[in-house]
Amino acid sequence: MNEELELMRGTYAIGEAAIRAGCRYYFGYPITPQNELPEYMSRRLPEVDGIFVQSESELAGINMVMGASMAGARVMISSSSPGISLMQEGLSFMAGMELPAVVVNMMRGGPGLGNIAPSQSDYFQATRGGGHGDYRTIVLAPSSVQEAADLTYEAFDLADRYRMVVMILGDGMVAQMMEPVRFRPMRPLDDLPSKDWTITGARGRPSRFLRSLILDVNDMEEHNWKLVRKYQQVEKECPRWEGFLLEDAEMVVVAFGTAARIAKGAVKRARKEGVKVGLFRPISLWPFPFQDLKALYQRGQDTFVVFELNAGQMVEDVRLTLGDGARILSYARPGGAVPSPQELARVFSRLALSRRLP
Amino acid sequence: MAGKIVINEELCKGCALCVEFCPRDLIKPTRRLNAKGYYVVIFDPDGGECTACTLCAVICPEVSIEVYRE
Amino acid sequence: MKKVFSRTRALKPVAFHYCPGCGHSILHRLVAEVIEEMDLVDRAIGVPPAGCAVLAYFYFDVDMGEAPHGRGAAVATGIKRVLPDRLVFTYQGDGDIAAIGTAETIHAANRGEKITAIFVNNAVYGMTGGQMAPTSVVGQVTTTSPKGRDPSREGFPINFTELLAQIKGTAFAARASLQDPAHVLKTKKIIRKAFEAQMKGLGFSVVEVLSPCPTNWKMSPPQAFRWVKEEMVKHYPLGVFKDAEGESLAD
Repeated sequence: MNEELELMRGTYAIGEAAIRAGCRYYFGYPITPQNELPEYMSRRLPEVDGIFVQSESELAGINMVMGASMAGARVMISSSSPGISLMQEGLSFMAGMELPAVVVNMMRGGPGLGNIAPSQSDYFQATRGGGHGDYRTIVLAPSSVQEAADLTYEAFDLADRYRMVVMILGDGMVAQMMEPVRFRPMRPLDDLPSKDWTITGARGRPSRFLRSLILDVNDMEEHNWKLVRKYQQVEKECPRWEGFLLEDAEMVVVAFGTAARIAKGAVKRARKEGVKVGLFRPISLWPFPFQDLKALYQRGQDTFVVFELNAGQMVEDVRLTLGDGARILSYARPGGAVPSPQELARVFSRLALSRRLP
Repeated sequence: MAGKIVINEELCKGCALCVEFCPRDLIKPTRRLNAKGYYVVIFDPDGGECTACTLCAVICPEVSIEVYRE
Repeated sequence: MKKVFSRTRALKPVAFHYCPGCGHSILHRLVAEVIEEMDLVDRAIGVPPAGCAVLAYFYFDVDMGEAPHGRGAAVATGIKRVLPDRLVFTYQGDGDIAAIGTAETIHAANRGEKITAIFVNNAVYGMTGGQMAPTSVVGQVTTTSPKGRDPSREGFPINFTELLAQIKGTAFAARASLQDPAHVLKTKKIIRKAFEAQMKGLGFSVVEVLSPCPTNWKMSPPQAFRWVKEEMVKHYPLGVFKDAEGESLAD
């Protein structure tokens, strides 16, 4: 595990991490702020005998991913918010057919064409399904280039283990910033988990098919409950979060991704001014770390500031978790404006002074 | 006879394409219903000779016809 | 006596759910027969459409994977890129391939993806009850063109295979018909040529098959087969429009 430390942009790091995890197929389409990811894959995949296809749209791309996944490959696609909207049909079909894949969303300002600045406004879309039907997608939110690489590498294992789509939910900031990163060693392709459900040509076995159409309503209900049981297993086994200075905190900021990065800096500054604030950082947005957040409340934390780069989305999950007893404030900044740690630290100071709901 | 056909009546949907396309009119529609409720056709070479040309089997959508030749 | 015609082993021994006289039943059999004759039953992977043939996997005894409506060419691209030595084919209706799936089909052809599209043209949307299709002919009454297709209102029917033949990545493009047994046998030969183009790695191949839909055309099966011969072929000429290995010529 003596890999070298490299200075790399987030998009490149995600691409390299995917290849280290055994991904040899990438189908993508350019969209800012993640254009470098398809560019990197177009250069790097042929070096490892992989296949890169620039699809004609994100709609076509997710369907190519669907086909490659059906054939048993580790496959990835990336885009940004409007392109991810185009993929929602595909994600629903893949959930119905239980097809694994990794989808990277580098969020930008929205809705509509929005802008190319970083935002977190696809939280609902990512964690509530986005496409039609009862299904879930595992959503992981990195807040550094190293974490983006690590989560991408692990995403392929999670996807194969649970036969689900795993989404790496980043934003323009983590996509574009350059930080030191260390990669895992290249995973040998014959060391990947075997799959007994793929369609590869029925040699030596009966033919099989993959489909999400189930006309009989009783069978369909049973299939849905089977998916729910799987999701419940994921909820038990996969929540991830990180805490910073929570032990003696009098106020907890809840933030993910780039917002959490900023919040960490703000927490350090606020602490210097004597404000006892801590950070609860969900890393898995689905499954959301409900139990761990609730545990904080039960231990006596009663003031939570949810800081996110959107008009207020994760705050609903915080309210759902904590109920009416806790003081929950939303400091939300949609549209691509990214506050600095100093700005956020001043928000904490004001809140600490007022100690009441605005 | 040089040829004969065997029709699986339970697969027949009474579309009568075989009746239309048999070059020797050896297949006839009937008013007999199968289990699915279709009026089946029958191979009735009365007066004619089947040459096992297989055109009936080629046009039959249900793959309900097997063809035999001497 | 010797048996000279029986069901191919590439079809499961089950009854079709299709209507009496439906072209799908014949075409499923032809595709299956060619797969068996080319000894590709255990190397074939098919992608069914949304449409009456959505349940094609109940009939073909080969591996199959569902695609969303229209996306067959993209799903097939993904499969073939991962498994380049398999026979990968889509089986798509006129709406699937030439309405909602237009972009995916044209770009798969443009990239020269080595897949084969079996394009079933019955000039109507069958499964959903007979709405107008991009290939419905001028004057054709459907449930969404109740006054008959009028070019000034609904545009002209599209000759999609001729379009695909123009694309450099297309290795084989042809139109065939199921109108009578002779044409059914010719269709089978054309399907074989298309599959051979794929297995030789020449590029994208497409076979458009004019197919009757007695139910939605509100005709008896023999009438419907006659309508293919007398009406459809007028708008959709039969022939090979592109053959990377030989001359392209119209029939």
